[in-house]
Amino acid sequence: MASPLTGPEIERLIDLLAKLPGLGPRSARRAVLHLIKKKEALLIPLARAVSDAAEKAMICSVCGNVDTRDPCTVCCDQRRDVSSICVIEDVGDLWALERAGAHKGYYHVLGGTLSALDGIGPDDLSIGKLVERCHAGEVKEVILAMNATVDGQATAHYITDQLETAGVAVYRLAHGVPVGGELDYLDDGTLSAAMRAKRLV
Amino acid sequence: MEWRDQGIVLSVRPHGETSAILEVLTAEHGRHMGLVRGGASRRMKPVLQPGNSLTLTWRARLQEHLGTFTADLVKSRAGMLMEEPMALSGLLSVCAVAGALPEREAHTPLYEALEILLESMDDADIWPAVLVRWELGLLQELGYGLDLSRCAATGEREDLVFVSPKSGRAVSRGAGLPYKGKLLALPGFLMGAQAGGASMQDVADGLKLTAHFMDRYLFAPQERTLPDARRRLVELFERRQAVAGGGRPGPGGPA
Repeated sequence: MASPLTGPEIERLIDLLAKLPGLGPRSARRAVLHLIKKKEALLIPLARAVSDAAEKAMICSVCGNVDTRDPCTVCCDQRRDVSSICVIEDVGDLWALERAGAHKGYYHVLGGTLSALDGIGPDDLSIGKLVERCHAGEVKEVILAMNATVDGQATAHYITDQLETAGVAVYRLAHGVPVGGELDYLDDGTLSAAMRAKRLV
Repeated sequence: MEWRDQGIVLSVRPHGETSAILEVLTAEHGRHMGLVRGGASRRMKPVLQPGNSLTLTWRARLQEHLGTFTADLVKSRAGMLMEEPMALSGLLSVCAVAGALPEREAHTPLYEALEILLESMDDADIWPAVLVRWELGLLQELGYGLDLSRCAATGEREDLVFVSPKSGRAVSRGAGLPYKGKLLALPGFLMGAQAGGASMQDVADGLKLTAHFMDRYLFAPQERTLPDARRRLVELFERRQAVAGGGRPGPGGPA
């Protein structure tokens, strides 16, 4: 085995960065080298930011979002439509919807999907909390923004069943042709879904 | 090592950031797994959804290696079934149950029957009965077939309406009625008595029958229980049945 090129502190940093998505040992090494070269401008502020985030980051007890306050910034926003909750699989989906400005109501992060293979059942997701929110508050509509995968849609159907008695209208996202999509390049499933969801113009 | 075959996706799990481990039921090579490079990509994700039919090429240096798959889509079914909760639940159930098959052991009739089952899933009136038949076929294919040809007690070939949960043999109405509470109901459509669609009660009885023997012969020996997806299918079916009013009474019930 080759001996380490640098001291243990830097090797440890490289090892940790290599565990991040999109980075391998080589790219982590390059990133660390870049950080050390720009110590004042990048490395020290990054270390402080990481330390602050580690200290303050928490999961919102209402919606499951990640923030530095509880309830999170989204849940504390009084301008949002209190009658609408958008259910998503992961925090990344919430950020994507917020980026697009596509939803003006509140959110509920499930924390995954039901998966028989991975042994993820209803109790492993925050479905119970969603049902509570729908029963307790002024919620009138729930939008199930799950991924268009078999597991995602199976979870959506399960939630629909659970919300049967909550007296809320349950919607799901449309499936079909993406913006900029060419029919010739779409898979059969998307094409059939788009055809079934055709609309009168 | 290299082979080419047709297969149906049973499950996919991510492997690293870009690849996926694919589990398929193939026509000639049975339940098989392999790595799909780029399987987590935007292009491949819709292809690698449970229920889809693929043309697969498997390559490995040695037979016992996991190997890699290259996959081309033949028929996309997942997208079509996503909107129908029962059908989606049925799909997840058969994929989970097929996962109990021994790996790399060819069961061509079972693969062909699964193709037929998945093709029938856009017809809500027939697929639940086809699913029960497929599960019964799976038990038979693995050597645990039920003997539904004659009564275990009297040898009668007519009016067989029960199955013994111990022996897996049919029991006639006359011989079985005193032990009704201990026997499993044998729905008529499994005897070929009904040419048309089976009633909801028939299907419910069939699901209970196959669940009992799959649990006993397939899952219990592997120290596993019936998959959650299969249990959820039954729950969903029972809920539908309750809403629809129950279908006809089971065997030995009020005439």
